[in-house]
Amino acid sequence: MNNENLITEKDVAHVAALARLHLTTKEIADFTTQLRSILEHGRDITALDLAGIPPTSGPIPLENVFREDVAGSCIDKSEVLSQAPGHQEGQFLVPPLLDGSE
Amino acid sequence: MSEEKYEPVIGLEVHCELKTATKLWCACPNEFGGEPNTHICPICLGLPGTLPVLNRNAVEYAMWIGAALNCEIKPSKFHRKNYFYPDMPKDFQISQYDEPINVQGYLDLPTGIRIRIERAHIEEDTGKSSHLGKSGRIHASYGALVDYNRAGVPLVEIVSAPDIRSSEQAKDYVSELRAVLVATGATDGRMEEGSLRVDANVSVRKGPNAPFGTRCEIKNVNSLRSLVRAIEYEIKRQIEILEDGGRIVQQTRHFNEDTLSTVALRSKEEAQDYRYFPEPDLPPVSPLDTWINKVKQELPPLPSQRRAKVKETFGTAEDSQIITLVEQDLDGLFLDVVSRGADCEIALRRLLNEAASQIEAAKKLDAQDFAELIGMEKSGKLSATQCKAVLANMLEGGGSPMQIAASLGFEGMNSNELEEVITQIINDNPDAFERFKAGDEKVSQFFVGQVMKATKGKANGKAVIEFLEAKKS
Amino acid sequence: MKLSDKPLSAKEIAAGIKNKTFSATEIVRNSLSRIDKLDGDIHAFLAVTGDQALLRAKEIDEMVSKGEDPGILAGVPIGIKDNICTRKVATTCGSKILNEWKPPYDATVIEKLRSQGAIVVGKTNMDEFAMGSSTEHSAFGPTRNPHNINCVPGGSSGGSAASVASGMVPLALGSDTGGSIRQPAAFCGVVGLKPTYGLVSRYGLVAFASSLDQIGPFSRNVEDSVLLSNAIMGHDPLDSTSLDIETPPIKIDIDKGVKGLRIGIISEFLEGISPEISKAIELACKYLEEGGGQIESCSVPSVRQSLSAYYLIAPAEASSNLARFDGVRFGMRVDGKNAEEMMVNTRTAGFGNEVKRRIMLGTYALSAGYYDAYYGSAQKLRTLVIRDFKSAYQKFDVLLSPTTPTTAFEIGAKVDDPLTMYLSDVCTIPTNLAGHPAISVPFGHDSKGLPIGLQVLAPALKDNLTLRVAKYLESAVEKANV
Repeated sequence: MNNENLITEKDVAHVAALARLHLTTKEIADFTTQLRSILEHGRDITALDLAGIPPTSGPIPLENVFREDVAGSCIDKSEVLSQAPGHQEGQFLVPPLLDGSE
Repeated sequence: MSEEKYEPVIGLEVHCELKTATKLWCACPNEFGGEPNTHICPICLGLPGTLPVLNRNAVEYAMWIGAALNCEIKPSKFHRKNYFYPDMPKDFQISQYDEPINVQGYLDLPTGIRIRIERAHIEEDTGKSSHLGKSGRIHASYGALVDYNRAGVPLVEIVSAPDIRSSEQAKDYVSELRAVLVATGATDGRMEEGSLRVDANVSVRKGPNAPFGTRCEIKNVNSLRSLVRAIEYEIKRQIEILEDGGRIVQQTRHFNEDTLSTVALRSKEEAQDYRYFPEPDLPPVSPLDTWINKVKQELPPLPSQRRAKVKETFGTAEDSQIITLVEQDLDGLFLDVVSRGADCEIALRRLLNEAASQIEAAKKLDAQDFAELIGMEKSGKLSATQCKAVLANMLEGGGSPMQIAASLGFEGMNSNELEEVITQIINDNPDAFERFKAGDEKVSQFFVGQVMKATKGKANGKAVIEFLEAKKS
Repeated sequence: MKLSDKPLSAKEIAAGIKNKTFSATEIVRNSLSRIDKLDGDIHAFLAVTGDQALLRAKEIDEMVSKGEDPGILAGVPIGIKDNICTRKVATTCGSKILNEWKPPYDATVIEKLRSQGAIVVGKTNMDEFAMGSSTEHSAFGPTRNPHNINCVPGGSSGGSAASVASGMVPLALGSDTGGSIRQPAAFCGVVGLKPTYGLVSRYGLVAFASSLDQIGPFSRNVEDSVLLSNAIMGHDPLDSTSLDIETPPIKIDIDKGVKGLRIGIISEFLEGISPEISKAIELACKYLEEGGGQIESCSVPSVRQSLSAYYLIAPAEASSNLARFDGVRFGMRVDGKNAEEMMVNTRTAGFGNEVKRRIMLGTYALSAGYYDAYYGSAQKLRTLVIRDFKSAYQKFDVLLSPTTPTTAFEIGAKVDDPLTMYLSDVCTIPTNLAGHPAISVPFGHDSKGLPIGLQVLAPALKDNLTLRVAKYLESAVEKANV
């Protein structure tokens, strides 16, 4: 996390696209400043020698937690669809998908 | 064009849906089809606050697949693969990333070629979206409908090494892989229902020692035929670009079933960045050795072993026949009837020619009855035509071949009756008989036809020819 | 604001209803009228479910009249933080994006509460998606501190803390990802417990940071915290991280006190705290020594970097957890000419600034090329925190610290400065990284009359020990005030 690695406005714009957020030019500038100060504060971690330390992703070590393969009840779709912003013919309705061919 | 200069390099990613009773993370039934959004619950809809709990059977099925593909079965973890799409309820897919359950296996093709398997990992399926508007196409669509019945169905993704060198080999690999997967019982392997889906990574290079070229990933391949066509199209497309002095751009391409060509998917502004990180809602999976050993011991015989067994029993059978026999899952019946003394050649012929068209019924055939039937054809009690007719009846409702033959009036003719009929026909056609005597073999078929006509098919063709031969002298 | 003296405790209510001193209906009416009277100023509740609560009260009263036992929380009104799903009752997470979403299911804790006779009277205000330390980041306006309505109640569970502190309800549920129960408990002068990770099911808690989140109780005294803990703890097959262990009812033996307990004072947390809180710690040490506790200073070095690790891990998980708010299946939608544009429009309009900031931070921390430097290092630091606590607990039974470096600050004081706001969680965050239990217990007031909270920390599954020490401190303060 050297200075040249600190987050730039270009990074912020890229990250916003990844996160499906639209930011105004001003928001990009503000977020860049704020994220930079938070990340700079985070330099205290990189100051430590963490070589050889394994990562921890969950606080309590657990493994092999399973569910038996036994069918249970489903939910009435009308209750779910009643909360959906768009539905038609018992399905969720969305604007056209773009991920097709050019 | 100098296609021979180029060598295709192909790696396949095969997704197969597991045949568990329930989905991967919730107790919704795992069933194909059904009225849209009837197999859903808050968990597989990814509603806020819900959490996944891993289906034990899905892990076991994945282990079956790993064992069948000679993989090392390892402690594994789940990761989140983050990307937005409406048919992905959580807008991330829970998958396995750098610690998959199965690694470093291989699959031997019937042709003797070995394709290495890099990994076979567990992940969840997405829902399905359908486009509204003209012809259901993405273009001219005014919206899409999303059905989440399939969301959260367990998948195993099998990733091959880039060891495949032709479209035919790709087809052989998928056929053999499918047969192996079905044999384990982990999946039904139905490509047409989408329970087996193939993505192909294709590149070309100048000769077997050249470095790999830039690859394209081809999606939406829904049958073996499409797989061959899509790969062939893609190889040709890449060679043409290179021959024109162009460069291949790494991209994902969609196979169009109508135009039989591949088309680039809309390129996104941002590069794919899935931001994988360990799934905090799921503890790691670390199958105990006892579990792994149990899976290995209980693994049913695989197609290669089954083919070897048939070959052992009937050494002169053609490889293609044996492959088909095992593919149709009729090898068990074949071995059973042969062990009851039935003739290998006739049994194989009847199974592949007649029974294979009604596989489900064929699997229910009583081995003893079937062995008897083959015996009757072998001994000449039934002609080939009669044998087929009796078999057709047996496939419809079963029963003893003797009784069916009797009810069809296929009582074997005794020799005296047959001789009488043949003598009469020779007398009626003296010229023809002279030609037969002079060595014109084709005329024998004329006599067989005449005898069949006179006996309404009751006569045995072989017996007719034997009589004719006897009359020569 | 003058708080009415001595509202009934949960324990008193349950006992009184069971022996028919009063009815559940009377209790619920009382609670509702108090909310009606006070909540215009305080804004602890986002929704009050009065009709349903009265119906449920009637059922409880009928059970009692038939001689049935409605459970350990018989007729006790409770406030629920609005990130805990309640079937057919709007669950907003303090965000516009959920658009009054009515979940089709109840969180496991809600089912457990119901089976113990508790009565949900409403959903409490919070920082949007639990991201904040002041409840100012609620999309529906801030909650005010009942002790001084110009001050924040803390956050993110500010509504729950304020509802209990003002006597509207004896109990409330909150969630704690980096201090979101303990910090508002300290600011509002109530008891707040973050249980050991895995003791309370997270099924139905709208996730902020899955590996840190834990639901826990707010109450006005330690005994009630025990009561509510016993109602909500226990293994849940719907949560893979829920601990499958026998959780015997937590019992605290008041007479047991702190005699013989080895108590470490976390030295890192004494730096930069307000002098009045420093004094409170000294006084607490004196009380604990008088009770037979052995006090010693204790260093847990990696807590210094915990804040940094937290502000990488929590946003990273949040950026993924909050992806599903896309306008497809539930909540708000702002249309667009295609699905992708609709998602962008919805998320841009639906999320507040703080949520966007954390999604951005988390997305960045996970993105290609930065994972190892940020998220990866933070996870390693997490290992160090766990190791450091482990070695501390070889010498000590419990650790003590202030819950917060200062008492409640004024509304608006920090809202524009994210990093300063984040620093108010510095003492509470390490226990979330470790998954350990910690409690905040009221310990007097500062010169402005604002409550001071002290934090008692213990190793995993020693929740009872935090409650025991908290109970001792609570009694010591009571005795001193007599």
